[in-house]
Amino acid sequence: MTPVETHSIAQFAAKIRAHALRMVHSVNASHIGTSLSMADILSVLYVRVLRVDPARPDCPERDRLIVSKGHGAAILYAALAERGFFPVEWLADYCQDGSKLMGHVSHHVPGVEVSTGSLGHGLPIGCGMALAAKREGQLHRVFVILSDGELDEGSNWEAVLFAPHHQLDNLTVIVDYNQIQSFGSVKDVLDLTPLQAKWEAFRWSAKEIDGHDLMQLEGALSQVPFETGKPSVIIAHTVKGKGVSFMENQLAWHYKSPSKEQLEQALREVELPS
Amino acid sequence: MRTAFIDTLNELAEQDERIWLLCGDLGFSVLERFAARFPKRYVNVGVAEQNMTGIAAGLAMSGKIVFTYSIANFPVMRCLEQIRNDVCYHNLSVKIVAVGGGLAYGYAGYTHHAMEDLAIMRVLPNMTTLAPGDPVETRLLAKAAAARPGPCYLRLGKAGEPVIHASEPAIGIGKAALLRQGDAGTVISTGGTLGMAMKAAADLAERGVSVSVLSMPCLSPLDTNAVLAAAQATRRIVTVEDHGVGGLGSAVAEVLAASSVHPGFIAMHLQPRPAVVAGSQAAMHAAHGITSSEIVRTMLSLCEYE
Repeated sequence: MTPVETHSIAQFAAKIRAHALRMVHSVNASHIGTSLSMADILSVLYVRVLRVDPARPDCPERDRLIVSKGHGAAILYAALAERGFFPVEWLADYCQDGSKLMGHVSHHVPGVEVSTGSLGHGLPIGCGMALAAKREGQLHRVFVILSDGELDEGSNWEAVLFAPHHQLDNLTVIVDYNQIQSFGSVKDVLDLTPLQAKWEAFRWSAKEIDGHDLMQLEGALSQVPFETGKPSVIIAHTVKGKGVSFMENQLAWHYKSPSKEQLEQALREVELPS
Repeated sequence: MRTAFIDTLNELAEQDERIWLLCGDLGFSVLERFAARFPKRYVNVGVAEQNMTGIAAGLAMSGKIVFTYSIANFPVMRCLEQIRNDVCYHNLSVKIVAVGGGLAYGYAGYTHHAMEDLAIMRVLPNMTTLAPGDPVETRLLAKAAAARPGPCYLRLGKAGEPVIHASEPAIGIGKAALLRQGDAGTVISTGGTLGMAMKAAADLAERGVSVSVLSMPCLSPLDTNAVLAAAQATRRIVTVEDHGVGGLGSAVAEVLAASSVHPGFIAMHLQPRPAVVAGSQAAMHAAHGITSSEIVRTMLSLCEYE
C-alpha cells in the first residue's frame, strides 16, 4: 500500500470510531470497547478487501462478511454507512425507537448478511456459505469476525473441525483478540493460549498480526487463502477501547457509555492529526 | 414414514437442484441412495447439530433448500438457538427432519424420546410444524415442506407404520383432513396416533357412538377453521398425540378458548414423566394412557358428562 492508501484507511477508521462514540453516547449504550478494538479490521476490510457494491448489496458475486461478535454493531453500522450502504444520517437513530439499527447486528440493515448477538453462530453459517460457493465453483469469499470470548462457545469448534475437512479455502476467520471478555480477562476466565497452535492443530492456516497495524492487516487479508485447500485464520492482537486513552484495556468499557465530557475528549483522541 | 420421506426427498432432489441434505452422522440404511445420487448436495457434518443447523442456514442464505436429518431431539433441542436465530429469524428454507418422534424409540430411553419437540417448534416465528400420521401424509407433506419457502419442522415416526389413508387426502400446510365423519364427537390426532384414533372411532361405532376423526398433521399454522367446525358440528373434542403438553392439545385449546364455541374437551397427551424402565412404544403409550381403548373411554366420559 502507498502512504496515501494507508492514510485513506486511517481516515475511514477515525470516522467510524467517532461515529460509534457518538452513537453509544446518544443512547447510553454499551460495547464501545469492542467496537473500537474492531475498527481497524473493519476499515481495512471495507476500504481495501471486500468485493462489495453498496448499490447492489444482494449481488450474488459479493464477498460475504459475518460479524459474529454481534455486540460490535455500532462500529459495523458506522462502517457500512461510510462505505455507502445507507445514509450516514441513519447513525443518529442508533437504538432509538423504530430504528433498524438495533443494538446487536441486524440483517434488516442494508449490507449486513447475518443477524448476530448470541455468540458462536457466525462461523457455522460462514461454513455453509463457503461450502455452497466451493461446491458450485463460485469465486466469492467468506469472512467471519469472531471475538476471543466467543471462542468459549463449543459451536465454533464444531465449525473449526468442519472447514478444513471440506477444504474451505474461501473462508477466512479474523479473531479480534483483545484479551478481555465480558466479565474478566480471557486469561482468567478461560485461557485460549496457545491460540495459533490450536487453529493449526485443527488444520487451518494461521497468521498472528497486530490488529491495529493497517499495513499488517492489509497484507494478511490480501493474501488469503494463505494455503490452497485450507481455511485461513488471522489472529489479530487488538486493544479493547483502542484509540481512547481512558478506555483502552478497561473491562468497564464493555458496559459504560461515555459522558458528554468523556465523549468530547474521546472524539479529540480518535481524530487524525491533520 | 422414514421410507416414504426419503423416497419423496430423492424424487424432489431429482427435480430441484436447490435441494440439499445434511445429516448429523445418522441415517444408516436410509440416506445412502441420496448421498450416492447427489454427492454435491449431501453432507454428513458429523455429530455436531449446532454446526449442522448453522451450515444449513448459510446454505439457505446461498439460495438452497436444505433438509437437516437426525433422530428424536437431536436436530431440535441440541441446536434450538440456531433454529431460532439463524433459521427462523432469517426466515430461511431449512427443513428440519426428526425421525423417531414421540416414544418411537421406546426401549432406547428418555434421551431418545421426543416428547416436547412439537411444543417448542410450533411457537417459533415463521416455522411450519408438521407431524404426518402415516406414509401417505408423509409424502404429501414432505413435498409441501420443500415447496413452501421458509423454515419447517417435519416430525416422523420410524419405519413400517401402516397406511391409514385409502386415497390421497386434501391435506397440506395449515390444512387438516377429515377421515371419518360422525356426529357425537371428534377425535383430533397429530402424528403417529392416527391409526389409534381410527381404531377408537371404529370401536365407538360398534357401541353405537359415531365420531369424526380429524387428522391434524400441521400444528403451525393450525387449521383453526377445521377445529371450530368440528367443535360446532360435534360438540365434543378429544385430542390425542404421541407428545407431551404444549402440542396439539394446547394448540386446539388455544383456539377453543378464544372462540365462542365451548365443546366438551379433553386433551390426551404424554405426561411429563421421563421413562425409568425400558419398554416398547406400545407399552410406554399404555403407561401414559395413550391407547385406542383410552380414547374410547375418554370420548364416552364426555358423552356421559352431559
